[in-house]
Formats: sequence, structure tokens, C-alpha cells
Amino acid sequence: MVGAACALYAARAGLDVVIVDRGPVSGGTTGAGEGNLLVSDKEPGPELDLALLSARLWTQLAQEIGEFIEYEAKGGLVVASTPGGLIALERFAGEQRTAGVVAEPVDAEALYDLEPRLAPDLPGGVHYPQDRQVMPALAAAHLVRASGARLLTGRTVTAVLRKPDGTVQGVRTAPGDILAPAVINAAGTWGGELAARAGTTLPVLPRRGFVLVTEPLPRLIHHKVYAADYVADVASDSAALQTSPVVEGTAAGPVLIGASRERVGFDREFSLPVLRALAAGATRLFPFLAEVRAMRSYLGFRPYLPDHLPAIGPDPRVPGLFHACGHEGAGIGLATGTGHLIARLLGDKTPDLDLAPFRPDRFPDEEGE
Amino acid sequence: MSSGSPQDLAEARPEPAFTVTLDGREIEAVPGQTVAAALWAAGVTSWRTTRVGGTPRGVFCGIGVCYDCLVTVNDRPNQRACLVPLHPGDAIRTQEGTGHDG
Amino acid sequence: MAERPHLAVIGAGPAGLAATAAAAAHGVRVTLLDSAARAGGQFYRQPAAELNARRPQALHHRWRTWERLRDSLARHVEAGNATHLTDHHVWFVERRSSDHFTVHALLGPAQEDPVEVRADAVLIATGGYEKVLPFPGWPLPGVLTAGGAQAMLKGSLAVPGRTAVVAGTGPLLLPVATGLAAAGVEVAALVESADPKAFLRRPRVLAAQPGKVAEGAQYAARLLRHRVKLLTRHTVVEAHGDERLEAVTVAALDTGGRIRPGTERRFACDTLAVGHGMLPHTDLAETLGCRLEGLRVHVDDEQRTDVPGVWAAGETTGIGGADLALTEGHIAGRSAAARLTGAVPDPRGWATAAKSRTRLREFSAALDTVYAPPACWTDLVTDDTIVCRCEEVAGGAIREAVAGLGADDVRTVKLLTRAGMGWCQGRMCGPAVAGLAGCGLTPSRRPFARPVPLGVLAHAGETEDDDHQ
Repeated sequence: MVGAACALYAARAGLDVVIVDRGPVSGGTTGAGEGNLLVSDKEPGPELDLALLSARLWTQLAQEIGEFIEYEAKGGLVVASTPGGLIALERFAGEQRTAGVVAEPVDAEALYDLEPRLAPDLPGGVHYPQDRQVMPALAAAHLVRASGARLLTGRTVTAVLRKPDGTVQGVRTAPGDILAPAVINAAGTWGGELAARAGTTLPVLPRRGFVLVTEPLPRLIHHKVYAADYVADVASDSAALQTSPVVEGTAAGPVLIGASRERVGFDREFSLPVLRALAAGATRLFPFLAEVRAMRSYLGFRPYLPDHLPAIGPDPRVPGLFHACGHEGAGIGLATGTGHLIARLLGDKTPDLDLAPFRPDRFPDEEGE
Repeated sequence: MSSGSPQDLAEARPEPAFTVTLDGREIEAVPGQTVAAALWAAGVTSWRTTRVGGTPRGVFCGIGVCYDCLVTVNDRPNQRACLVPLHPGDAIRTQEGTGHDG
Repeated sequence: MAERPHLAVIGAGPAGLAATAAAAAHGVRVTLLDSAARAGGQFYRQPAAELNARRPQALHHRWRTWERLRDSLARHVEAGNATHLTDHHVWFVERRSSDHFTVHALLGPAQEDPVEVRADAVLIATGGYEKVLPFPGWPLPGVLTAGGAQAMLKGSLAVPGRTAVVAGTGPLLLPVATGLAAAGVEVAALVESADPKAFLRRPRVLAAQPGKVAEGAQYAARLLRHRVKLLTRHTVVEAHGDERLEAVTVAALDTGGRIRPGTERRFACDTLAVGHGMLPHTDLAETLGCRLEGLRVHVDDEQRTDVPGVWAAGETTGIGGADLALTEGHIAGRSAAARLTGAVPDPRGWATAAKSRTRLREFSAALDTVYAPPACWTDLVTDDTIVCRCEEVAGGAIREAVAGLGADDVRTVKLLTRAGMGWCQGRMCGPAVAGLAGCGLTPSRRPFARPVPLGVLAHAGETEDDDHQ
């Protein structure tokens, strides 16, 4: 998704763009995502600013291609399970408001107007009308098409080519070299590998996540609904399993259930304990789901960097190389802002946000580099 | 050589037939028959319409793999008619959409 | 007394029954789990008990083989060597270590109530299912799979209608056509896309299986007797009808597998039993991490997968028919018994079965080259022809995903069109999507072999869990 967005905005800025992927379109983490375009789960700071910028851009894009990508302006509802949790949630929402997020407190009664099928006796929550949903694989594919970029799938970049002065010259692939003065590393969870092939470093690591998909249902869940501990989870550094319920309906009918986070490398084996935790969390939030059938599950690897912020911007160590990866669980939502910023940089224009927090070279070099 | 029906061929002596209902209408079922078999015997070959196109579907794979033959039995939606055996008084209903609508 | 090792066999078709008999006879306690009410799988599907069929063998061939399997199972159950769990729909096999597995099942046709069976090892004999390539009109009620027509006949003594055409390709079409005819259905034609002369190009393989050649001749005679027109090198081009099937159009194929214009003929019928071969069920094995070769589970000479503690036999390791399933099941059961009791397996003990296995695999491979669907089948799929039945995705949408959005594999087409996201999870439409996308069919990852209620999933495997938080 991030690569597709970079391609779109770069092309619209007048650049000639080639997209290279060793797999198919939407073949990486994008194809395993939920499609979250969220401001609700972000505390004030650079990521939230990027999310707000991205949300504006998604709204514009939705006018062009929204109907093709299951774009839904459904809004998010964060639910507290205890009165203490509600107080903490409302305090968090207050801070978000200062940064420009629309966050409406929802008392116990209003909660059930918004979501009648929630578990009973919940104290309340916060409604975030700016949260949106897309079908991520469709969105990436349509962005690619809208960009008009040349798409080369099934082609692995084996090296980023550099001139004798160290500046970027293009990329090497088995069928041949593709020459270009600018290369964008949008390889997501594999961004570290690509950085290495350019002779530089980017410490991207995978954080595994599972999604459960139910049988098709009529619209019984109206928002993206999640428990207040989702936010705390996202920021956690723990390696052990983190699950917190995220539940939403889709335009096509099935309900999607997340969310889990584990640091297990690239282990693709399906874990019953994780799926069990997801199911348990979802049925706690929406008891009616106990009778609803899970039809499938998929897993993906979110790319994260040590400080949980993405890398966006030029790599001072490799002139001509730009990074646009490491968005962890927010890549779909943040893609448009990232693409827009990269396009500004490519055109030597001032980016809309201060990119210092996203500097790709902000991590200390590993030994022996 | 065939004598005209599979029951004859296999020399089946099923226990007495009973009635079940299809959308409120009484039809006969033989013990041991699945919903699909009883509906076929009653001349019915489709008992649901699809979610998007509203087109009729009945048995396709016959072995519970294709999920085309979904039907509502005793208020439980999305039962595979080719797998579910009938019991006296069972209420079969044709279903539309996701099976959960209405 | 030392406790015997416990083997869970999943699937009570020929492979599972043979494996159960072999393992139970050699010192292993077996739990045989199967989704049906009675053993037999597809090939030996039995009529429901309440139908009191006194001559079920009229619907089968190789009845004596079934009797031996059935009686052997009964003896082992009675002797306490085996337990047969019917109506158990296995949705997940959990591997906790190389000698600790939990088989997760749902009970009965309703499939709401969970059951968990713990075992030291697992033998997967989950069989196969029919492949059907789409053509205009194929979703009409009255159009069903050849195997489905046979299953309804064998299991429920039910026929789909009065006049049938049997079509497609594969050895299954013959018993389906003759079976329907014997059961009183007027079978107007058997429409087979293969060229029967292709058999003559493989005399060595045929000579190795004289029984099969004789079988083929018997079918041909029965078809004649029932006045079923046998049309080889023909294919169904369209099924017609409004709310249900009323007729089909059939046309001849040239040597390149393309429709010969002007050869179309119409058959009035209310039933079309169609099939283009079989596909293995590999979900449980794949989720366990067993390596797949193409679409089948890879096994060694002892029918072991590459996951310790997991054996596989029958169609799941490669489509090859009931006789092959029997030999593989026997070898798997013998190997499991030896390995689990700590004995060194002696392949000489199953040498006959192994030779049989080799010959039958060769025969099956030869059949695959003969019974191929028509080369032109994608031409028949119009932009309006439904390809994914569950999600109602038409050929045009799939072609658009390929040509317009750059999809070139089955999973990407699925993500971009929803083809394969419905209830059957791509089992029926996978081959068609692959064909239209011009790529090979790669096996899907299906962690849930059956749809599982979230309430069940929320507690699955919980009681045994100790070291997960």
C-alpha cells in the first residue's frame, strides 16, 4: 500500500514511475491487513499528525475510487470495560482533541444506540467519526492502476545500483537493470533487507498479527469497535502475545476480528492459542458472535522500527534512496500521507510535516556495518 | 436390471414416512433421508437464493464441500441440506441473503 | 501393562479403514474419526441405516472388499483396539509436540458442539472431492457434480430427476451414468471430453491393470444396455433453463480440444451430473505444516509426511482411486504401528501392498493424461458466467483483475474479486480461477477445515494449555 501510494503521488507530481515487487500486487502485509484508516488509536505526536494528513488525502481519493475499494466512512468506537478504563480513555481523547482529532464521549446509554449488540453493562466509550475502512488489497491495486506506473511483479530487486560517487543509479533484477535516479524503499516488513541491498541499514522487524474472518452477515456491527486496551497494546514493546479485541463489519458481509501482536520472526504457522484469544475477545465484546462461524483466518507481518514510528525520507548515507516503510499496524491508513510526503521530497518541495521524527538514519548503526 | 427406483434396487424397507414442513407446507420424508433427498423426492430442486444475485441454488456437490445447498432447519440457518437428516416435525425454510436476514 | 500408543485416524473411507485395521492389528489403539454417520467414505458410502436397505450392494461394486473392511473394523472395535467416532467433523489438528496431537472436531450435521481427541500420532485420510470447471448455466438447480449424484443415490437412495446427461471427464462418469440408469433415471448421454484412443497409446500401463480394463468393458456394456449414448471427445457448452435445468447443449471437440462449430446438439434433461476429475483435501495436513507437492500431501515410502507423528494415505496424498487408497492406508497403518511401538518397520511385511501401490500410482498417472478437460474450456467461460459460486464472481471480474489490476496468481485474484472467499473457501472455484489467470493451482491455506463457531474457537484447546498466557 505504501508503495502504491508513493507511486500515485509521484506520478501525479509528473514523475515517471516503475513499481517493482518480488511478489504480486498487494502480496505483502497489505494483503493481510484489515484496512484500518484510524486516528482513534494514536496519541498526539508525529504519527497522529501523519494520520490526520493521511485521512484528508484518503477522503479525496475516496471520491475517485472509493466505490471500488470498499471505502466506508463508518467511524470508530472505542469501548471501555470499566469505569476506571473510561476515565483513562476520556483523558486520552482530550489530549487527542488538542491535536485536531474529533473525539465524542459516549455515555452508557448512547453506547447502545451506536452499537445495540455490545455486551451489556459497559460504562461508555468514545466515538471517532474520522475513522475509516477500506479493503486494503483492492485499495493498493487500484492506487497502482490510478498511478499509471509500470508494474513489474514477480521481480526481485537483488541490489540497489550506485554510481562511483555513491548516488543511486537504479535497481538490479534478474531480467535486467532498471535505471532511475531515485529509489523508494517501500518494502514494508522486508525494508531492512532492501536497505542492506543498498548498502545501508534500517532495523525493520516483523510483528505477527492474525485476523479472523466470519461467515457473511447482515450489517450487525456498525463501526470499527475496539476495546480501550488496543491503544496500550500498540505501543507495547513486549514480545509475548498481545491481543485486544477489534471487531468490525465489512461491506461484503463478513465480520473481521483482530488484533494480535507477537514477535516471532516470520513464523507462518497458525497458532490456535492466538486464534482462541481473538475469538474470546470478540465474543466478550459482542456476545452474539458466539454462534457466528469463523470461516478463515489469515496472518501477516507488520513492519516495525524500534521506536514504533515509520521511516520516511531520504537516506543521507545513500543519496537518491528514500525510505517509506516501517508503519507497523498503521500502514494502510498512513500510506497516503507517506506517499504525498515522498512526492514532495522527490520534487524538492517542502514537506507538509516535520520529517525529523521519521528520519531513516535515526537509529544507531549496528556493529560491523 | 433396474426396477424403476433406487429403493427397489437396494431393496430398501424404510421405516414409516413422517411429515416435515417446507415454508409451512407439509411434505413427506422417509426416515434416513437428508433434507436434500426429501426435497428432491417432493420435486423441489432449489431452496435458497444467493446473496448478491438472488439466483436459486440446490444440491451441487452432494457431499458437504460446496455449501451451495444451504437451508434453514428449525430456525438454524446455513445448514447443508445434503448432510442434515430429517426428523418428524422438522421445519425447513428456504433462505435468502446471508441466511440471517429477516 | 504398558499402555498402547494411541493413533487418531481421520477419515473412514478405504484408506482410513485399511489403516485402522493394520494399526489395530499390530499393537496400536486407534480412534477413527469420520464426519459421516457410517463408515465407507465416498467410495463405499452406505445408505442411511433407517432406510433398511437389504441389498445395498446393488449400488456398489467391490462389495466384498467393503464387507471385509467393515467387518474388520467391527472386530477391532469389539476387541477394544479401535473406537469409531461418527459424525465428527474435524476442523483442526493441533500439534503440541511430535507425540502429542489434539484433534478438534465439531459434532453432527449441526456442527456446533466441540469435541477434542488427544492422540500420540495422527493419520490423515481425508480423501478428495470433485473438480468442476465452469460453463454457462452451471449454477442452475439440476446441475450437480457426478460424485454428488452418486452420493445422493448411495447415501439417500435419492435421484435428482427423471432425465439426465452425465458429462465431463474421468473414470467416475462411467459408474455414475450406469448407477443412475440402473436406479431408473433415463440417462440420455455420457459426454466425455477425453479421446478413448489415448488409452491405446499406453498399452503397458493398461496391461498391468487387466482388472481395470475388464471393468471398463463392463461399463461400456451396461451403457449399451441402458441405451446411454456415449459421446467421446464432446463437451457441454451450456446448460439451459430458467429457475432450473431444462436442457444442455453439447458439442464435439477437435484434436486441439476446441469446439468444432456446427456440431452442437441439444439434449432435454432435468439433471446434468458433471465432473472433471478430483482434488485432494489437504487442509488439515497443510495447517500442520506438512509439505505439499503440487496439490497433494507429500509422503515417503512409509506414508509418513515430513512432520513427525503425522501419516497420510489415500486421495489426500494424490488422487488414485479406492484400490490405491487401500494399499496406502495399509502401509501407513503398518508403519505407524511399528514406529509407535518402537519396533523397526520391516517393509518386507507390506511388500505386496507396496508393489500394488507403485502399479496403481502409475495407472492413475496415466489416467490423468487421458482424462484431461478440454483445452478450450476457458473459452466457454463468458464474462457473465459465474466462476465463484459462493460469492457469485463472474468470469469478467476475474479477467479484469488479471488484465487490469495485475493479478497473476489465485490468491491475488481472490483478494481483488472475492473469488474463493465464500463458504467453500475456494475449493470449488480454485481450479477455474487458476485457469483463467493462466497460472498453476497452488493449494490454499485453510486453517479451519470446517467453519467453526466463534464460541467454540474461544475455548478450543484451552483445557490442555499450560504454558501460553
